[in-house]
Amino acid sequence: MNGVNGGLRQSMAWLHTWAGLLVGWLLLAIFATGTSAYFQDEITRWMQPEITGVRQPTRAAEGAVTWLTAHQPDADSWSIALPGQRAIASTVYWRQAGEDRSAARDNTLTLDGNGQPVVSRPTLGGAFLYRMHFDLHYMPVIWARWVVGFCAMFMLVAIVSGVITHKKIFADFFTLRFGKGQRSWLDAHNLSAVLALPFHLMITFTGLVTLQSLYMPWGVAAAYPNKAAYFADAFGSESPPVRSGEPAPMASLGGMIAQARKVWGGAQPGFIDIALPGDRHGVVRLFRSGGDAMDAREKTLLFDAATGHMHPLPAAKGGASATESTMVGLHAGRYAPYALRWLYFLCSLAGTLMVATGLVLWTAKRRLQLPDPDRPHLGFVLVERLNIATVAGLPLAFACHFLANRLLPVRMDDRATWEVHAFFIGWGAALLIACVQRPRRAWLAVLMLGAAAFAALPVVDELTTERGLLPSLARGDGVFVGFDLTMLALAAALGTAAWKLYRRPAGARRKHAAIAAGADA
Amino acid sequence: MRALDVTGRATAAVFGGYALAALVAAACARWLPMARVEAVVAGMLVSFAVYAAVAIFAFASRSAARAWIGLAAIGVPLAVALAASLHGAAA
Repeated sequence: MNGVNGGLRQSMAWLHTWAGLLVGWLLLAIFATGTSAYFQDEITRWMQPEITGVRQPTRAAEGAVTWLTAHQPDADSWSIALPGQRAIASTVYWRQAGEDRSAARDNTLTLDGNGQPVVSRPTLGGAFLYRMHFDLHYMPVIWARWVVGFCAMFMLVAIVSGVITHKKIFADFFTLRFGKGQRSWLDAHNLSAVLALPFHLMITFTGLVTLQSLYMPWGVAAAYPNKAAYFADAFGSESPPVRSGEPAPMASLGGMIAQARKVWGGAQPGFIDIALPGDRHGVVRLFRSGGDAMDAREKTLLFDAATGHMHPLPAAKGGASATESTMVGLHAGRYAPYALRWLYFLCSLAGTLMVATGLVLWTAKRRLQLPDPDRPHLGFVLVERLNIATVAGLPLAFACHFLANRLLPVRMDDRATWEVHAFFIGWGAALLIACVQRPRRAWLAVLMLGAAAFAALPVVDELTTERGLLPSLARGDGVFVGFDLTMLALAAALGTAAWKLYRRPAGARRKHAAIAAGADA
Repeated sequence: MRALDVTGRATAAVFGGYALAALVAAACARWLPMARVEAVVAGMLVSFAVYAAVAIFAFASRSAARAWIGLAAIGVPLAVALAASLHGAAA
């Protein structure tokens, strides 16, 4: 076959280059936020330093109901998000008659491990980075999900075409030549891609699957009269209960949880929904925790609130649904214990580096073909500046987000929102520097800013909370020690990158390019 | 015309790929011999692989025209069969 550029390998290389470049910057943000989301619960715990204690889901659930009964007895519904495997706090939400779902944003309270209300700095915690991973920010969620899906599809095509482009995938396992300009970038791109290739393929495909009924609604359209009929078939349909007007105290929630755990082979509920609390027709819905099994789609059980009687079990899932559920579970990795979680994190980090090195490689490869390297053409300038703004700028954005969590006044209005703004202010600052400085100086400035910001985090943590690195080390608090050490490791990585760039005289780049060109010939 | 060729391939990959993926998803939903909800889910799962395969095919073909002809050769009969099936179900 003859493709767009002669032979198959050439046309796949062309496709790989342009499919990757076009979505590369956004893909980098998606990969980086997704990587951090594997430690979403730990990030939340670090961002809520006021919350201490241990995780006790059943106790937290009962404490939540006690609080809600005392303070929101007339609500139409109560919801309780229980702590997952690695979290402590629970969140309760309530909704009055006539309020829609968005009211839950204001009607919310955080509870500690004992189910007691706890005052913590307002923050979205790890949830911001997790949501940013597929909902982006400052734009409608559905648009964002289409954009992210578009990027994911390009990524899938870039992976497949990248594999076809390759001559010697096995040798790339063992090849990393330092200090050779374009060669080194190519080696680093290959290494980060090949080392975790099964992960990259899995994560991209399963990522598309997580939102497949949004992206691919045509099967539903062809087989069902409407979407509601499909969702009823897929997730069961229980018509919402109707208020009887007759008050009835709720049966023991702990008893319902115990029944559910027996059905689920020991797994805990992760979310509880109580419709019409305090009414004789009230219904309690328990959602199985995502952290207790690999298939991610919640299994739900219904109970009569007044009697505690369980409704009949839903029908078992078929093969395709079970496959989908397991794919979503593989993607989110909620089931993963710590050793596997770190492996997830490292593979995902390799994916982030694969995208970053691919972007830098694009410029490294073309720099030697520029007629006048001091006056590159517009496309080259655009790619180079955007690379600085994202590859070096994204780490700075993360650090600013975390710094804002510690430095903004605890009682500030819209505090949680400003923590999020801080992420984009940091990112925007990197873009500004990339636009006004010469590339080499911009790389240096943004990398060093990022290194300084990450290095400052443990110091600021030590100064503003009682849970800094040293006290946490003494207390054996793995989450806080791990977070601060990870920040130091990121500071060291960015600092090393800046140092390497600083040590390399400006002219060396062209010399390396000449060597690489010679090796290619 | 290189620009025209690349545009032709890119549109075949992006739009043709989505169209064929959607057709395959719909065909699975209607004709796979399993419970309806399972057939729908299976179709969605397969569709992304179809999409990626079309994108690769569009750039591996000898020309943009051939890519489009290949797409149409599979897509048009599938679309006709689906339309007939849906129309038959409605009647």
